[in-house]
Parts: sequence; structure tokens; C-alpha cells
Amino acid sequence: MLKYILRRLVMLIPVLLGVSILTFSLIHLIPGDPARSMLGEKSTESQLEQLREELGLNDPYVVQYGRFVGKILQGDLGESVKSQEEISIEIASRLPATVELTVFAMILAMVVGILAGVIAAVKQYSWFDNLSMSGALFGVSLPIFWLGLMMIWLFSVKLNILPASGRISNDIELHTITNFYLLDSLLTGNWAAFKDVFSHLLMPGIALGTIPMAIIARMTRSSMLEVMKQDYIRTASAKGLARHLIVFQHALKNAFLPVLTVIGLQFGLLLGGAVLTETIFSWPGIGRYVYLAVMGRDYPVVQSSILIIAVIFVLVNLITDVLYKYFDPRISYD
Amino acid sequence: MAAIPQTTPTPPGVPEREKAATAKSSSLWLDAFSRLIRSKTSFIGLLIILLLLVVAAMAPVVATHDPTDQQLLDRYLAPSGDHWLGTDELGRDIYSRIVYGTRISIQIGLIAVGISAVIGILLGGIAGYFGRWVDQVIMRVIDILMAFPSILLAIALVAVLGASLTNAMIAIGIVGVPQFARIVRSTVLSVKETEYIEAARAIGAKNNRILFQHVLPNCLAPIIVQATLSIGTAILDAAGLSFLGLGAQPPSPEWGAMLSDGRAALQTAPWVVAFPGLAIFLVVLGFNLFGDGLRDALDPRLKQ
Repeated sequence: MLKYILRRLVMLIPVLLGVSILTFSLIHLIPGDPARSMLGEKSTESQLEQLREELGLNDPYVVQYGRFVGKILQGDLGESVKSQEEISIEIASRLPATVELTVFAMILAMVVGILAGVIAAVKQYSWFDNLSMSGALFGVSLPIFWLGLMMIWLFSVKLNILPASGRISNDIELHTITNFYLLDSLLTGNWAAFKDVFSHLLMPGIALGTIPMAIIARMTRSSMLEVMKQDYIRTASAKGLARHLIVFQHALKNAFLPVLTVIGLQFGLLLGGAVLTETIFSWPGIGRYVYLAVMGRDYPVVQSSILIIAVIFVLVNLITDVLYKYFDPRISYD
Repeated sequence: MAAIPQTTPTPPGVPEREKAATAKSSSLWLDAFSRLIRSKTSFIGLLIILLLLVVAAMAPVVATHDPTDQQLLDRYLAPSGDHWLGTDELGRDIYSRIVYGTRISIQIGLIAVGISAVIGILLGGIAGYFGRWVDQVIMRVIDILMAFPSILLAIALVAVLGASLTNAMIAIGIVGVPQFARIVRSTVLSVKETEYIEAARAIGAKNNRILFQHVLPNCLAPIIVQATLSIGTAILDAAGLSFLGLGAQPPSPEWGAMLSDGRAALQTAPWVVAFPGLAIFLVVLGFNLFGDGLRDALDPRLKQ
């Protein structure tokens, strides 16, 4: 197993190298002068030259790329052109918000998706099956930004029961430990904060989780249907095992593998979807950071944020693969 | 954004000779078509797509107002007999804008998916057919593209290329390449082992001829399924980019951009946001339903 993980890590090197080349190239894809594009038309030649010097745009590409990678390896992601702040610090302070939102959305998607998929498969062609699978088809077709805005209109504007933006209300005190607010409120036993943070998470979590929820439900259903046809399920029911034991202990365990792949893949995609969701709900995470940087033409920020998200995406996929082999010992490690 | 997990249908083994090919392929496609329209969901999908095409073609007839005509005295009117879906912040008729927006959506879907398909089929076909280092190099490049969440890569590409509908379509086209390349590659891998390819090689056909005349045409079924499903995703992603201000620019009646314009008035005029979103949802649903049905219909394993 360890050998397999190590091998996979080594195999990551060319991918990460490619990812770094692609993100590095982004700034050079800008039509015309990148410095002028960042500072605007009114900038003076000396300002432009200063920025070119700062970003090292005057050097040959190879030198620039070497410096880019060298800095990253030392944990230096550069500085924002607009605020001059260090990008690594900015990303580190925003990452917990995004991770908290994506994990929350994923848990929501998994619980609802797997449960709906299992029930739909066990009661194939029932009204529940039809309803949940139609719901799943609707779910993958929904524009999440629209869903988000409609929820804000209904729950914040009309009913006034959920907050429309942010992570926590201004009047709520929370002592942060991990910067995952939900976890922090639990750790400090701060129930008022827990309730407040949860209510802030709910709408963006649903908006972000809808698509993976639909995909997980569909995948669980088809995978369960396949497994329920197997001989060992017939054996289990022939020997008189309780239905719920057969479904959850025997069938779901075996049906879970394809679902796991989908979960891994979707988790990474959520990081992309977070740009839209965080923009709508003014969620102070890395997605909104990317959006604001794109709008402000702060290309070093765009570059570094995208690199970090890609690295997380690649790692999540690696973890999924490792878990996959762990859950299915039949798969050889070669 | 949403990629529906899918099984790749096994490519049909169609004989190489033209006459035989017509006989067999017509039965395969006819067979698939009859199964397709028997499925209620894919039929609904087909109806939605047809409706979209008709509305786009007849936009000047179907629309009740000029989509760009501003009536500043009629801002934010609620849906009524004159303005069926209300008016927006510049007093433009939302219904007419949505009607004209169908043209943009079809354009986005076809062009973006066309870019993905052409590049993906070429790369996947070459990788699968030639194998060895060619395969290694191409698939590593595909791996790198896949290391980015697709919408994020599209955002980054548009951010540097400049915000416009054309660049949004190019970006969405590029991020869609890996899916086509992978599907085509795996199909080519199985097709190139078939006897009719061996026969083609035996009579001395050149690689180019074998790949483009014999191998790729037999990979059509999974490509068509992927293309149909991708159109929905492309429209959804493009609407997302326009919503962020990175796609279609004002005064274009693109649905994502309309939604974004209406955000400011969500409290007082929710219809400005609601209806363009419903239009996106309906069209994407149509392509997803149809693509799903197509996949089942073209999958020989599901044949009764």
C-alpha cells in the first residue's frame, strides 16, 4: 500500500510540473502588455516599468519560470499587484472558509444523495424512485447561481429566516481555533455561534451541493441495482437476514466504490463551483478572492489561487484513488 | 459544470465496405432511434430542444418587443399582459430578451462543444491509434488540463484573454477537450483491435486513411452522446461566466448576463432574475434528458 502511495506521488510530479507551466503561462497569454493591462491605460511608463521589473517580466521566459517555481517551492506565492499583500497569507486566511463550505456541501450531498439513491434502488420504479431520479435530473441542470439567488429571495428577502451573506453575524462573538467556524463553535461550546454559523452555511451549502447530490444519487442507485442482483445478496436474504442489514451492510458496502469515485471528483469540482457560490453569498473564501482578483486584473493573485486550487484538486483525486484501493483489495497495486 | 457519470457505449462493429455499412448502420441507428422516442424522458428532452430551435429561428415573430429597446419609464414592471415576463432595469421586455437569448445559447452550445469535439477527437484518436509515446505525451497533457476544476480554468482563461462571449466560448471549448479525448481514445483502443481494421491494414491502407475513414467513424456513438450532454454543460458554464461578467457583454440578451443585471433588484423585482434562470434550466434539462436517452438507446448492452 505504502509503495503504491509513493508511486502515485512520484507520478504526480509531471502533472504538477504541467500545472505550474500552465498557470505560469497565464500571465503571458494576456494580449498586449500585461503590465499595462494590470495598471490600466492611465499608468505612466515609469510605473509600468517598475511593475515589469517587480514581476520580472523583462527576463527570458525560462528565467521567469525558474523563479516562479523556485518561489512556490519556498511557499512564496508573490504579492498582490493591487494591495501589495502577500498572496500566501491572503490565501491561508481564506482557505478555511472555502474548505468549510465545500465540506459542508459535500456532507449534505452525500447524506441526501446516498440515502435517496439507496431507497430509489431498493424500491425501483416506485413513486419515490421516479420522484428522486427526476429530482436528480433537475438538479444537474440547475444553474447554481440562479438557485442561490432564488433562495436568497425566498429565505432572506421574503421569509427573512436565513442570512443572505457572510460566514457569521457581526454581533456574534466567536473565539477561533481552527478557523473552521462550525468546528470552533463546537469546540468552545458556543451554541449561539454554532446556530448562527450553521444558518449562514445552509443556503450556500445547498446551492453548492445540489449538483453533486444529484450525481451521487444517480450513481448510488445504478450501482445498488447492479449489486442487488448478485448471488450473495440472494444468499443473504435466503438465510433470513433483516432487510436493512442486507441493504446497508451487504449491498451498500459493495455499491459504494463507484460512488466514492464520483465523490472524489465532485469534491474537486466544488472548489471551482465555489467561485460562483461565494460571489453570490459574499462568502469570504478563496473563490471570491479569485473573482475579485479577476475583476481587478490582479493576475498574480489569479495565478497563485488557481495553482493552489489545482494542487488541492490533484491531491483530493489521489486520496480518492488510494481510498478506492483500500476499500477494494481485489484491485492490484501495480 | 456538472458532468454526468456515464458508461461509454461499446462501439458498434460496422463492416468497412460501404454497402454492408449502410445496411448495418441504418439498422443500428434506426434501432437506436426507435428506442429513443419510446423513452418518455428523452422524448421530452427532444421536444425542449426542438422548441428551442423553433424559438431561435422565429425570434422576430415570437418576440413581442425589440429586445434592446429601452423604455426608461417602464423600468421593473411586473409581469403583465403587455410585458409577459415583466421588464428589467432599463425597461426592456424580459420575455423578448429571453426569446432572442435562445440564439446566443445555441451558438454557445454548438461552438464551444464544436471546439472541444474537434480537438478532443483528434487528440484522442491519435493517442489511441498510435499508442506508445504519442499516447503518453497526449494523455499527460490531458491529465494536466484535468488537474484544474473546469469552470475555474475557464474563468482563468477568460480573465487573461479578455471578457467577451467569443473568449468564453473558446475557454469552455478548451476545458471540454479532455472528456472527448478520453472517450475517443478508449473507443479507438477497442475498435483498432477489430478484424476489419486488420483487413484494412492488410490491403495496405495508410494510417491516416484507417484512422479517419475506418476507426473514427466507428467511434461516433459515444461521441454523439458526449456532445449532446456537453452542450447542456457548455450553456450552463457560459451562463456562469456571463453572470460573473466574463462572458457576453451588455446589451446582449444572454441569459447569464441578464441574471447578473437583475441581481441588484432582487428584493423588488425578482422576475428579472427568475425567468432567465428558468430558461437556462429548461434548455440544459432538455439536452441532459436527450443525451441520457441517447446514451441508453445507443448502448448495445441495453438492447432488449
